[in-house]
Amino acid sequence: MDINLNDLLRSYRSHPYEDYHVETPHTGIISFLVEEGQAVKGPGGQWLHKPGTTLFTIDRERNQKRVTAGCNGVVADIKLSLEGKFVEAGEAVLSIRHRLDRDEIIDRILTEVLSIFSAPQRARYFLVPELVTRLEKKAGDEVLVEDDDEVLIMSLMKRDTMIRYQGVPGVIYKVYFNSGDLVEQGAPLLGICPTDNLEYVHKVIQRIRTEWKD
Amino acid sequence: MADSGKLLGNLADRISYLIDLKGDSSWSDLDELQDHVQKLRDTQYEIAESELFEKINRVEDRVSFLEDRAAEQLKPSEIVNIVRSVHRFTLMDILENCYDSYTELGGDGDCSIDPAVVVARATISRRVKKKVYSHQIMVIGHEKGQGEEYRNGGCARPWGNEKALRYMRVAEVEGIPIHFYVFTPGAFPIEDSPGAAQQIARNLYAMAGLEVPMISFISEGGSGGAEAMGLSDIRLMASKGYYSVISPEGAAAIEGKIREGEKVPKDLIDHCAAQLKMTAQDNLLLGTIDRIVEEPPLGARREDYAFFRRLRYEMIRATDEVVLRTKSLRAFRAYALKGQAAEEHDIPEDFAMFIGWDLTDFEKERLLEIRSRKYRQMARGFYREGRKGLFSGIGRARELASKGYYELRYGLLRSHRRNVRKVLDEVSSEGSVLLRKVAKPVKAPYEFVFPKPERPPKVLRSEMGDDRSIFAEEWETYVSPLANEDRTVTCPNASRHGCLDLWAPDLYGEFSGVCPTCGHHFPLEYQWYLENLFDKGSVREFNRHLSAANPLGFEGLDSRLSRDFKRTGRRSSIITFDARVRGIKIIVAMFFSNYRGGTVGCAEGEKFVRACDKARITRRPLLSYIHTTGGIRIQEGTLGVVQMPKCTLVVREYIKSGGLYIVVYDNNSYAGPVASFLGCSPYQVGIRSSRIGFAGPRVIRETTGQDVPPDYHSAKNALRRGHIQGIWNRREFRKNLFDALIHMGGRNLYYK
Repeated sequence: MDINLNDLLRSYRSHPYEDYHVETPHTGIISFLVEEGQAVKGPGGQWLHKPGTTLFTIDRERNQKRVTAGCNGVVADIKLSLEGKFVEAGEAVLSIRHRLDRDEIIDRILTEVLSIFSAPQRARYFLVPELVTRLEKKAGDEVLVEDDDEVLIMSLMKRDTMIRYQGVPGVIYKVYFNSGDLVEQGAPLLGICPTDNLEYVHKVIQRIRTEWKD
Repeated sequence: MADSGKLLGNLADRISYLIDLKGDSSWSDLDELQDHVQKLRDTQYEIAESELFEKINRVEDRVSFLEDRAAEQLKPSEIVNIVRSVHRFTLMDILENCYDSYTELGGDGDCSIDPAVVVARATISRRVKKKVYSHQIMVIGHEKGQGEEYRNGGCARPWGNEKALRYMRVAEVEGIPIHFYVFTPGAFPIEDSPGAAQQIARNLYAMAGLEVPMISFISEGGSGGAEAMGLSDIRLMASKGYYSVISPEGAAAIEGKIREGEKVPKDLIDHCAAQLKMTAQDNLLLGTIDRIVEEPPLGARREDYAFFRRLRYEMIRATDEVVLRTKSLRAFRAYALKGQAAEEHDIPEDFAMFIGWDLTDFEKERLLEIRSRKYRQMARGFYREGRKGLFSGIGRARELASKGYYELRYGLLRSHRRNVRKVLDEVSSEGSVLLRKVAKPVKAPYEFVFPKPERPPKVLRSEMGDDRSIFAEEWETYVSPLANEDRTVTCPNASRHGCLDLWAPDLYGEFSGVCPTCGHHFPLEYQWYLENLFDKGSVREFNRHLSAANPLGFEGLDSRLSRDFKRTGRRSSIITFDARVRGIKIIVAMFFSNYRGGTVGCAEGEKFVRACDKARITRRPLLSYIHTTGGIRIQEGTLGVVQMPKCTLVVREYIKSGGLYIVVYDNNSYAGPVASFLGCSPYQVGIRSSRIGFAGPRVIRETTGQDVPPDYHSAKNALRRGHIQGIWNRREFRKNLFDALIHMGGRNLYYK
């Protein structure tokens, strides 16, 4: 794995944001309801059922559609010159500059440096008992897995299937599910860190935890 | 000194009760008085005894004076405070003090499926000429507790009401009367199986037909929760209790259009409490209760033994009365009831006579008849009957004539024909076995020589009707006016299912308001169903002359009613009519949203009852199509609430007489009607994208403190919980309804 963790961290330091570009869903006449620099909120509520701040409305065939913010952040690069004008579909009309918090940055770095082992299909997953014992005895990041090791049990319709790990050998850095959880297909199950990168990862995570201010 | 401590403690309790009652400690300087008593309690050992008792006497005089003043004019909102006070008696106090002994059933204390509902098998005794007679009783009621969290403030959960129903059935099997005690601010509004609304509906349906005397006593009657144990032969009410369609706070939030989380002004609460006519005296005047049990001027508390003595007497007397009314010996009945009436003011030590509470089969029938009559009479005359004089007479004559005709056609002739056919079928099937043996040697050569002509196969009823889609003759079908707009519409599921924007003429015309991508049903006006669901020209409305009124004189309701009339051209939120579905004649009761949000009041209840009766007399299936109902109309108070037992009772009579009752929910169906005459139907179906439940998300949040998922009330979840039996697509409504009539009605669709 050829990743320079220091560079990665530097890049996050210099630009700790994620820009979400908001495009027009279809053609129509646009009316903005936010201004440059205005803070907006993403969907809220326990089930994310409360829509976020309305960014603009787009009117096509007398159907005024409200487009709402998909995440928290600040409005940037808003094209106010388009106000009241006809726009094409897919036109980027504004961005929401979302400031990444500590956990989001850690997650992102881990996604880049870890080898993610995903769920092959929608089912309930369990760690194999030996792995559980080893994880209980040692710290999580000291448990080594090799290619073709039996790591998981997939339980579907009362049938248990052994899942073998396929990927670069390394230590189990993160377990993304609770034993017995129903996991959707493609969702991450395990994050494996190659042994060579382990020290770096530890250091960077530690530095982010201590130095990063939200 | 020990006595002084007790006296001071007692005074502190009385002051705190007055503060609870007034809801304001500054009334007549109660806070200062409370501080003074507290100071006396702290310093009682430091001052001389004579001086202390002198001070205590002075405080006592002051407290007594304030109590008298408070009792002079109790406002309805103060009565609500009395009922909610922690000092008020509860069901456990009644069980301890009114009954000789009891055994709690279905759990004890917090080890119960629902501690808010207490069921007990109890004995109650009476003395007649120095001889003591005991009666067995089933006691069922709400227990508010003395602040215990597990009691849930007397809000019965759905499984608590289910427990109550289970023991009602036990009482029926054992033939013992039931005493209900209602102490609930309302049912706990959760949809978890068996479901708040559906269980209340089941309870009401069962209670309508229970063959044992039932007496209910209401201290705190909060709408649907109270009705789950309130349908009874005699309804008593505590003189300082309340019985209401909604809490004053809830009514104030609706009337004042208060946003969630904002504080409701106290004046508005007081105003609504007065408008709702929730006190015992109001309810007696309205006829929603039968008698009042007198309490002390500021309400009965846990130690008011004189009140328990009165209550015990009233419960026995009421049970006697119910039993006596069923007796055929009129003279004895009159004598016994007269004797009891004389005793009304003074509670005698002995009863004049012993009356057994067992009923014969004939008496049970009579009991149900009296119950039916009682509820049918309730809230009558609190609506406007537009037809008077000659028209009214003609209408009544027509009703009588049709009753006679259908009785003759379906009752007399058809049932005789059916009986004769049944006997013939049985005889012929037995005879045919014998005949076949004898005739076989002769029959075969005969048929060879004279072969039978081939008959065309019999046509099934389902094939007789018009099977074509309603879209086959598009130029003839009604199209929603929403389709006249030249605009596009976005499906609410577009972000999840990628539904494309729809052109309104397509959506509301060809697609009948159904998204072709995800199947979401956009709301359509009720006229669409009137035109597209039934055979062309078959809809004939009846009882249109009954119109909603403002029986309680609720401020602002008159103008709202006339505004809705101007907007819709209708005078109630229900349309009742005869119609045909592919030739099958049915009676329909349709609730629609445009008039007071489809809420049910006296006029709507009466129209529903008459539709139900018409369906019973004409032996036709009854369809309740709920375009939308927002529950009971709060501005009609308990007159609206009693529509729940009233309509359920009539529905039960219809179903028992062999009727087929189908309920179809569309758009939004909530609260009282779902928890009574709709939820009790054996066949309930939801139109896709409809929402069905007991209370809306806001009420659930405010009552339970928990948020509910956005799809909590969806038809899909209602189906999953078993509240409905199916989900229909709007475009197949007509076909599905026809199939349902055929399959559920069968051969005997009109005369089961």
